[in-house]
Amino acid sequence: MPTLSLTNLLAHYNYFITIFLMMSGLYIVVAGSNMAKKLVGLSIFQTSVYLLYIEPAKIVGGTAPIIDPAYTVYSNPLPHVLILTAIVVGVATLALGLALVVRINEAYGTIEEDEIFERDREQ
Amino acid sequence: MSAVWPHLPILQVIIPLFGALLAGFLRRSGLAFALALAVSWVMPVISIALMWQVLSSGVISYHLGGWEPPFGIEYRVDVLNAFVLVLVSTVGAVTMPFARRSIAFEIADDQGAWFYCMYLLCLTGLLGITITGDAFNAFVFLEISSLSTYVMIALGPDRRALLASYQYLIMGTIGATFYVIGIGLIYLATGTLNMADIAARLGVAWTHDARVVIAALAFVTVGISLKLALFPLHAWLPNAYTYAPSWATAFLSATATKVAIYLLIRYFYSIFGAAIDFDSLPITEIIIALSVAAMFIASFIAVFEKNLKRMLAYSSVAQIGYITLGVGLANQAGLTGGLVHLVNHALMKATLFLAAGAIFYRAGTVQLKQLAGIGRKMPVTMAAFTIAGFGLIGTPGTAGFISKWYLAVGALDKGLWLLVFLIVGSSLIALVYVGRVLEIAWLREPGPKVASASDPPLSMLVPLVVLALAVIFFGFDTEWTAGIAGKAAHYLLAGLR
Repeated sequence: MPTLSLTNLLAHYNYFITIFLMMSGLYIVVAGSNMAKKLVGLSIFQTSVYLLYIEPAKIVGGTAPIIDPAYTVYSNPLPHVLILTAIVVGVATLALGLALVVRINEAYGTIEEDEIFERDREQ
Repeated sequence: MSAVWPHLPILQVIIPLFGALLAGFLRRSGLAFALALAVSWVMPVISIALMWQVLSSGVISYHLGGWEPPFGIEYRVDVLNAFVLVLVSTVGAVTMPFARRSIAFEIADDQGAWFYCMYLLCLTGLLGITITGDAFNAFVFLEISSLSTYVMIALGPDRRALLASYQYLIMGTIGATFYVIGIGLIYLATGTLNMADIAARLGVAWTHDARVVIAALAFVTVGISLKLALFPLHAWLPNAYTYAPSWATAFLSATATKVAIYLLIRYFYSIFGAAIDFDSLPITEIIIALSVAAMFIASFIAVFEKNLKRMLAYSSVAQIGYITLGVGLANQAGLTGGLVHLVNHALMKATLFLAAGAIFYRAGTVQLKQLAGIGRKMPVTMAAFTIAGFGLIGTPGTAGFISKWYLAVGALDKGLWLLVFLIVGSSLIALVYVGRVLEIAWLREPGPKVASASDPPLSMLVPLVVLALAVIFFGFDTEWTAGIAGKAAHYLLAGLR
């Protein structure tokens, strides 16, 4: 088991950034009431996961995996490829979410969640 | 034929995927429907052929692009996922004829083709999740099915469908992202994404640092549980099922949550359960407790619902509880019960939601108080509804009884006799909410809304009747449901450490 020490904490500073982004994104999604802002939070949440994959895969001084005697240190290409896919998924989700928000705005005249619930109750 | 034979696994994904592309180009909703129908009818042929292959010669391993696993993506078909493939593709094939009129009634004509395009994409995703042996590939298919589902829901006739779709998008994306976080942790700990390979390597990671493995398990479990609407992560489901187009609700309730449950079973039994000592973690206790909560609380809410579709949606949450209960029991009879209920609930809920769709098609409403006397005006539709309703309660002679029987035996085998009473008790609540609808439909005088209603045309009636008859058939002949589920359960339990 790794021990808890200052050097150990500092050596893993990248994970703290990831977790900070993850939590702020999730907080915006949960606490926000503006639908467009919630999607921004969702996007930040997803982006933090890209970091979670990419950071451990990157090796300082490492290059792309080119089989040549001149290069000996490689970064792991697989997580990079996975995250390329995840980015596409994230963009598609955001685009669809924003399209829905536009339609909701057309149907309700607002994108504030509490106002929308109120209008549905009046109906 | 012999050239196609070894490539059946990939055809499960390729055919609906290209069908979706083509449906998008066709633009005419009639043509797109014909295409969707053709694809839907081809898929069960392939999945039943796969099932036959698995039963006669064991696990199929298909290497995408010829790359050896664990380097390339592997499609791996065993008894369990062949079982789910047959379920998903058959439900699609049987319900599809219903869609033509129902969708034309509920969705503007210029959007019809897009609906069928989204349905085919959703089918691609669901079959893909089920067949793939690669953890990240499963995420991609999960998102394909989810994104297309959001669109299908948003196409619903009410403006609240947009809101339901948005809420589902938020919850679904959080769930999928949790799943990816879990996969990321697994990859960090094992360096592989192939499910069988993960199972082989996770044990070493577990002894080295159990915390990473536990965190990964937690993220994957919560992520998938959001997708399968395990209580209390079900908040997206009632609105989504209530406001989606009727046919989409029937299809999704029978397939989407079931595929998510399959994925959870795969992670619990074939990946984590095969690698680490599951009994040292309180997982089964948590799952059983949440399942029982779902069975009671969601059923209670269903009793007081005024909208037929919303009542059925809450009933779905409760019924999902029975399935996860079987997953949590983790013994031969219990797991068989869970897997059988996977199929039986799919059949019953498809019948009930199709009946609700037929009612909406004829009466223009699914508000219970306006449906008084609907049984006298639409006797065949409500007869099908009644049969499936009795299935939900678990009446002997229907498929629902078989599942509850196995679950009760599984609970007794584990020494949890209290659970047997809880299973019976929650069935009594189902009796209340189903009985309430039956009383309104059969015993009251027809109201103004239903005065001119009559049974829907044959294209809608036949799927409904076929499904209702299946509910009775599988209550007597259990060779194809409990027989194969038993084999799958045996296979899964043999893989546990």
